[in-house]
Amino acid sequence: MSFNLLVAVALIYVAFLFGIAAYAERRTQIVGGGWLRSPLVYTLSLSVYCTAWTFYGAVGYAARSGLEFVTIYLGPTLVFAGWWLLLRKLVRVGRSQRITSIADMISSRYGKSNTLGVLVTLLAVIATTPYIALQLQSVTLSFGVFADPESDFWDPANPASTGLWIAAGLAVFTILFGTRTLNSNERHHGVIMAIAVEAVVKLLALISVGGFVVWGLADGPADILARIDRSDLAGWEIRPSRWAGLIFTSAAAILCLPRMFQVIVVESDDEAHLAAASWAFPLYLCAMSLFVLPIAVIGLERLPEGANPDLFVLSLPLLEDRHGLAMFAFLGGFSSATSMVIVAALALATMLSNHVVMPLYLHRRQDGATMAGDVRALVLRARRIAIVAVLLLGYLYYRFSGGSAALASIGLISFVGISQVLPALLGGLFWRGGTRAGAAAGLVTGFVIWAYTLFLPSFGTAGPFGAAMMENGPFGLAWLRPQALFGVPGMDPLIHTLFWSILLNTVAFCWVSIVTFPTPLERLQGAQVVNVFEHTLGARGWSRGTAEAEDLLMMAQRILGPGEAQDLFHAEAARQGKAGYLPETTPEFLDLLERELSASVGAATAHAMVGQIAGSSSILVEDLIRVADEAQQILEYSNQLEAQSAELERTARQLRDANQKLTELSIQKDAFLSQISHELRTPMTSIRAFAEILREGGLTAEETVRYAGIIHDESIRLTRLLDDLLELSVLENAQVSLSIGPARLVDLVDRAIAATGDMGEVRPKSSLAIRRDRQREEVDLRTDSDRLTQVFINLIGNARKYCDSPEPQLTIRARRSGDRAVVDFIDNGSGIPARSQDIIFEKFSRLSDQSAAGGAGLGLAICREIMARLGGAIEYLPGQGGAAFRVSIPLAAPN
Amino acid sequence: MNKRVLLVEDEPNIIEAIRFILSRDGWRVDTHADGATAVEAVRARVPDVLVLDVMLPGKSGFDILKELRASPATETLPVLMLTAKGQSRDRELAERYGVNRFMTKPFANSEVLESVNALFAGATGPA
Repeated sequence: MSFNLLVAVALIYVAFLFGIAAYAERRTQIVGGGWLRSPLVYTLSLSVYCTAWTFYGAVGYAARSGLEFVTIYLGPTLVFAGWWLLLRKLVRVGRSQRITSIADMISSRYGKSNTLGVLVTLLAVIATTPYIALQLQSVTLSFGVFADPESDFWDPANPASTGLWIAAGLAVFTILFGTRTLNSNERHHGVIMAIAVEAVVKLLALISVGGFVVWGLADGPADILARIDRSDLAGWEIRPSRWAGLIFTSAAAILCLPRMFQVIVVESDDEAHLAAASWAFPLYLCAMSLFVLPIAVIGLERLPEGANPDLFVLSLPLLEDRHGLAMFAFLGGFSSATSMVIVAALALATMLSNHVVMPLYLHRRQDGATMAGDVRALVLRARRIAIVAVLLLGYLYYRFSGGSAALASIGLISFVGISQVLPALLGGLFWRGGTRAGAAAGLVTGFVIWAYTLFLPSFGTAGPFGAAMMENGPFGLAWLRPQALFGVPGMDPLIHTLFWSILLNTVAFCWVSIVTFPTPLERLQGAQVVNVFEHTLGARGWSRGTAEAEDLLMMAQRILGPGEAQDLFHAEAARQGKAGYLPETTPEFLDLLERELSASVGAATAHAMVGQIAGSSSILVEDLIRVADEAQQILEYSNQLEAQSAELERTARQLRDANQKLTELSIQKDAFLSQISHELRTPMTSIRAFAEILREGGLTAEETVRYAGIIHDESIRLTRLLDDLLELSVLENAQVSLSIGPARLVDLVDRAIAATGDMGEVRPKSSLAIRRDRQREEVDLRTDSDRLTQVFINLIGNARKYCDSPEPQLTIRARRSGDRAVVDFIDNGSGIPARSQDIIFEKFSRLSDQSAAGGAGLGLAICREIMARLGGAIEYLPGQGGAAFRVSIPLAAPN
Repeated sequence: MNKRVLLVEDEPNIIEAIRFILSRDGWRVDTHADGATAVEAVRARVPDVLVLDVMLPGKSGFDILKELRASPATETLPVLMLTAKGQSRDRELAERYGVNRFMTKPFANSEVLESVNALFAGATGPA
């Protein structure tokens, strides 16, 4: 077959595609799309995912690594199967915000930051370059297969020049296809239609070769399966870490690759197409991969050792002299390569012109109040230059990477590179907390690690990194070896890069997002994107300014083209009930205009452009943000003031509380002094009165003795009262020094009972019977024996004084309970009424009249203080018939 | 007719002392120890002079005085109040309620006797 024929067929095919594109373009303009905007075309256009790498490379991949090539299809299949979760939101955001590219998406989400736009653009260009190189390589190789050694202008020994020709051809092709007009919504119906046709061609081509292999060269599916089983391919192991990594990478790539973003989001006509694509696209991928293994197996069997498995799809038909089939396969591969290059170059050109060229242009023209020159022409020129630059870069990479690396590995380098956008993209879609600084930090971190550990080493030892550097790390720092970061060796280089770059990228994104503060515009855009399903209207609105409709029209004409701009203005004027082309510049209209413009020049630029005219003076986005920032600072300052005033109020309340407590304490103190006064004066009164009576004389001997006795008793009462007061004061001020030592409970009770036998009572003692079980009192304690005995004396004494039974009886019951000894004192009197049980431990809370008591009402208060000091407790035990007290003592008192 | 004093007091030793002092001067001394029923005791047989303690079980001397002053039969009954609390606020309170004399414990025996006699004379003397 003549090589010239091949070139001719390729050229005719291109012309055919061009015709299709032109037809589709025109038809869309006339009838508005129709079947051209169907789910089928949408799904087929997604097939730009399947590049020459897939077409040729999958067979090579299978021949080298067995089933692993399937992972490249599994990732996208998962993403599309779960379209409801992720793709639906992505497409909704893209459409409602008029997003033009993945860079615009990230820039727009993080407050229309052009820095981020530039970052993503750079990352995309650098990551896509190897990919374009890959297409050049595969087309070059496929030409080489047909090459006629005798051709005059074809030198198979110099594939580099072939590559250059192909790159140039593709550039022209893309420029012709993609930049004929500047579309208002950045959609290219013609291109998409051509891509869809190419999708069909490459699928049919691969299936034809597959069918030929299965039924022509082998004896049907059963035979093929048997051959696969016999071949080396069946022996390949599945490496789980590599599989997981590759599935993740391909899933990330389908979301982040500029060309995929272009066809999935930007070119999307209808969100509902996603539902169909969710099953149809995986089906397409499945069909594409169906014959990969059969072709690989038969190729390995039939072709000589050393034949490039990446070219089996072509070389097998040629070997069997099926030139027609080989030509068809060539067209399939050609379709795969061209569709990828066209869409990728288009997407990158859009990004470059919107995020790099236009901002620079606007910046230079900032002082000029109106914009001179034709922006449209500028944008188109920028895009054309960008397309040439992108293809040139791809060619240079192809030249300098040696051009010999297997197709699949080059593709994977690209995939991992573009995956660095994933954290910022997903974080932006689902997490309102993600900030511009966080996204930038994550992108830069991931990009640097990718470039250092995978991209730069991919140039081989002849590249920027020498063999010594790869072996020993930079400056001999082993932990910085590009393929064993942080001293973790032995990882697959691809998985190594994927792991570290995505991990550190995500960590940097989250951490910086958390520590930095979003600007108001970021907040607004973040809310807009994350909550896209709640409101899909425009972002912040324009206020009714002094915008001149004429100025706006002039600007719009430059960007949208005169016809479209005039239509837009005329329709708006008609809607407002005005004739002509100059509507009122209402906020709604400015919003609409900004959306239209942003489709052509990106969100940030469009906002700045409208702002320049709609503001009375030239207001730039930065100015707006600055104003908003200031407003926010004021808000925060006032929040701080509010917090301070709340703090003051709290302090004041605490002071009020403290003051009230002091007042209460003061009242309590007065009441206490008054009580003491009463308790002291009462015995004093008797003493004084009888002393006077005795002094006056004239008494009988009997009277004299009796009155002297009263004086004596009252003096003792007075002394005891003073003793109690002092004791209580010491206990309450915690000045008491305890003498802790070993003691036996039974001894202490014995001592207390003996002591109450002679208490110097005012009244004769009643005959109180005491019942106890001495055996159960055999408990060893470490405590202050004297103090504890004092408590027991008090309780037994109280029973003697207050028990009102005709046959008074006191039961003392002791037992051990955990690390405590518990002693109950229960008498058989009428007990203490429930309402008084709470107050009996308070000072001077004597219940009965004091003539019967002879105490000042301090006994139980003292008991309570003593037990607190000993780490125990004394409580009233209700429901025991008589008065009942429970004393619990720790077996070892605190020191 | 014997002049009669009613002593409302709950301390037995103080009761004994005051009884001794007043009886020696020809007074008949009746005693009542419970605050809660003191008003009824007074109404049952209105004495010539009432000696009233403040801190009583059941009802305070101030409340007893207030009730007595509210009733026509005892509106002008001469009352000597004795208190061991000795705060000036108590004296003011007693005077507001209409006490005739107010003394703090401990007291001089002669003063108690003199006060009771003066109260008796003030109530019956001029008439």
